[in-house]
Amino acid sequence: MTRRIIGPFNRVEGDLEITLDIDGGVVREARVNASLYRGFEQILLGRPALDAISITPRICGICSVSQSVATVAALADAFAIKPAPNGQLGINLIHGAENLADHLTHFYLFFMPDFARPVYSNKPWFAEVERRFAAKTGLGAQAWLVARARLLHVTGILAGKWPHTLAVQPGGLTHAPDDGELMHLRSILADVRDFLQNTVFGTTLERIVELDRRPALDDAIEASLAAAGDFGLFGAVARDLSLENLGLGYDRFMSFGAYHGEGGALFAPGIMDGGAPLALDPNVFSEDPSHAWLMGDVAHPLDGETLPYADRVDAYTWCKAPRVEGRPVEVGAVARQLIADQPLIRDLIGKGPANVFARVIARLLESARIVLAMEDWAARLQAHASVCVETGGADQTSGIGVGLVEAARGSLGHWLRVENGLIQHYQIIAPTTWNFSPRDKHGQPGPLEFALQNTPVDDDEPTPASVQHVVRSFDPCMVCTVH
Amino acid sequence: MTFNILWLQAGSCGGCTMAALTAQDRGMLAALKPFDVNVLWHPALSLESGQEAVAILQNVLDGKVVVDALCVEGSVLRGPHGSGKFQMMPGTERSMAAWIKDLAQQARYVIAVGTCSAFGGLPMAGGNPTDACGLQYEGDAAGGLLGREFVSKEGMPVINVAGCAPHPDWITETLSLLAAGRLTRERLDVRARPRFFADHLAHHGCSRNEYYEFKASASQFSQLGCMMENMGCKATQAVGDCNLRSWNGAKGGCPDAGFPCIACTSPGFETPKGSFQETSKRAGIPVGLPVDMPKAWFMALAALSKSATPKRVLNNAASDHVVVPPARENES
Ligand code: SF4
Ligand code: SF4
Repeated sequence: MTRRIIGPFNRVEGDLEITLDIDGGVVREARVNASLYRGFEQILLGRPALDAISITPRICGICSVSQSVATVAALADAFAIKPAPNGQLGINLIHGAENLADHLTHFYLFFMPDFARPVYSNKPWFAEVERRFAAKTGLGAQAWLVARARLLHVTGILAGKWPHTLAVQPGGLTHAPDDGELMHLRSILADVRDFLQNTVFGTTLERIVELDRRPALDDAIEASLAAAGDFGLFGAVARDLSLENLGLGYDRFMSFGAYHGEGGALFAPGIMDGGAPLALDPNVFSEDPSHAWLMGDVAHPLDGETLPYADRVDAYTWCKAPRVEGRPVEVGAVARQLIADQPLIRDLIGKGPANVFARVIARLLESARIVLAMEDWAARLQAHASVCVETGGADQTSGIGVGLVEAARGSLGHWLRVENGLIQHYQIIAPTTWNFSPRDKHGQPGPLEFALQNTPVDDDEPTPASVQHVVRSFDPCMVCTVH
Repeated sequence: MTFNILWLQAGSCGGCTMAALTAQDRGMLAALKPFDVNVLWHPALSLESGQEAVAILQNVLDGKVVVDALCVEGSVLRGPHGSGKFQMMPGTERSMAAWIKDLAQQARYVIAVGTCSAFGGLPMAGGNPTDACGLQYEGDAAGGLLGREFVSKEGMPVINVAGCAPHPDWITETLSLLAAGRLTRERLDVRARPRFFADHLAHHGCSRNEYYEFKASASQFSQLGCMMENMGCKATQAVGDCNLRSWNGAKGGCPDAGFPCIACTSPGFETPKGSFQETSKRAGIPVGLPVDMPKAWFMALAALSKSATPKRVLNNAASDHVVVPPARENES
């Protein structure tokens, strides 16, 4: 048995170190260290309730709107405020823009460059992958950054600065678009659609969202390859490297449900356990600090606290281990689309675990679905209807609130209690807290730790490419993980 | 000559990098192209991971590679008890604080990207649980990680591209000026922020300036009026050309999009008097008045302009879209 410590693990958002115990050319055990602690839950205590809207987005620069939306959902829950429906459409638009930006940034900048590593230089697809995806010089990434900036104009129009806008408030959105801006939004979305159709997929979004079975996916990948789509190129690489056999996780998934509106969530909430759908019940959540440099014992997020204790025995990360009825779950696009009953993802996963291939396909497929949803929201957004309800009448001095939303990387929850107008309690469980959690007190590994087991590694590679594919397939956001 | 950039993320949210990727609608690397910039290593953009990345940093420490610009994003976390353990550089058993301190000695210029690395930023709020500080400031006090006397190899203090997150162009324009050899000490303000953006107040160019003139104020989100009187807007006291530039291709900074300026370019912004979204007042008068305006004059002018407020401005201020369009008295 040899031990290898890998870090700094880059092209993930934030700080990550992985310890691998390797034997016989495969990973036997993995331990994940989220190595940065900033203390946001401590910082929030004692502040006026609405200050959370300025503080929590700064947990994360890549999913700052998700943090806003979660904070605001928790505050609105605590104070019984319902946002203006027209404002909710605007919030969905900026949240959708951020999530789409995150998905494709992951694909072009974080995940794909690993296939342009020298270890793959004798592969038939290498030259093309290098041309499209090489870190810093890939033409695909360059094209994406131009499209990304254009996409974020949606945020510019509706929310001004990004990251760290304060445009999302319990009553709704702070800026009411005018007639002209509504049309401008639609022009931007047309460009975004063009980028996805011409550059990512090489086919229409309608065709992508209708994929329902593996054979249809294989056909779409072939068609995309023929049209020089990056989706097709990924498909070819994935087939050659059998990425569907890599990074097998637990067979339990969770989603809080994404993009709320008057008709409920666009992607439904729930839990999927070995192929069996279960209702989502946040009362059975717990966080277990037994392997974190933190104080305390297993507790529900409304009871638990986050206080550093650097000398804790057996600790190897700043991250707690959140569990559902004591069990780990995987979150993210693959969980969201599975639970939303998207047939292709159902077919790819069956009753079993996700894998590197399915995680990436789910993210790309969801990207297509987000664009279609954004087109719909933009068409329904009104210039002359209120975007923000008056909240002055609501009692904002005390309450308990829970905000459960989906960020790009999965389920994000905020739990808070306000007394005399001040925050008395605040706990956050971010998507990567679920996915990259450490062992719990029963020794159960977190989802990534589990998924890394049995990964084949080459002795000559200090930072094995296979391990990097597995880790990045989760699209980790380490700054959110511990916060 | 190639201009080498080394970028590290200390106790950051990664938002400065995310902003930089929108610079000039094509991203930082494309925007810096004419300046022959080379990125030695960047946590979000480089291929190298693990030992390959550590080797790059070690080469710099050993003097084998010249770093022209060391960019640091995020607060330096010195705790617990001075150990720096709140942020160890993964794979190295050394704190990020120690790495930055050593690398800074090797750099021609050191750039604090964002308010966290400039002044300490948000992690300093709430009693500063991680003992966070900036590279050369701790809040408004000079010092921080590197000390008030620190100058980099070119004799410059840490250059503070403040903002949470900073405007992407502040980052790329600062780096371009350095690469072109055109950023001198005189072109930095009293807190070492480049003057090309710090010579302005965030209030300049806000679309609500006419409401400000007449003290026609918003009292609820989404209303069009000025947010200084009730909603905590500090843009008359915060530096930055935020509202003179477009942000993400459309609105200016914050007030233009309907929420108050929280002075994110300033040290101590993370701990406002009172709350972020409400104006602190004493005897009905905002505590924070415009930087350089005598209180008596402000009061007198406010009273005068309030008495002269056109109906249009008054009505529109309390509405979420224009209800009274501009027209001459005899046209309406
Ligand atoms: S809202 Fe703020 S920035 Fe705009 S005019 Fe009023 S004080 Fe100035
Ligand atoms: S307007 Fe104020 S809060 Fe907004 S970016 Fe500028 S200085 Fe920061």
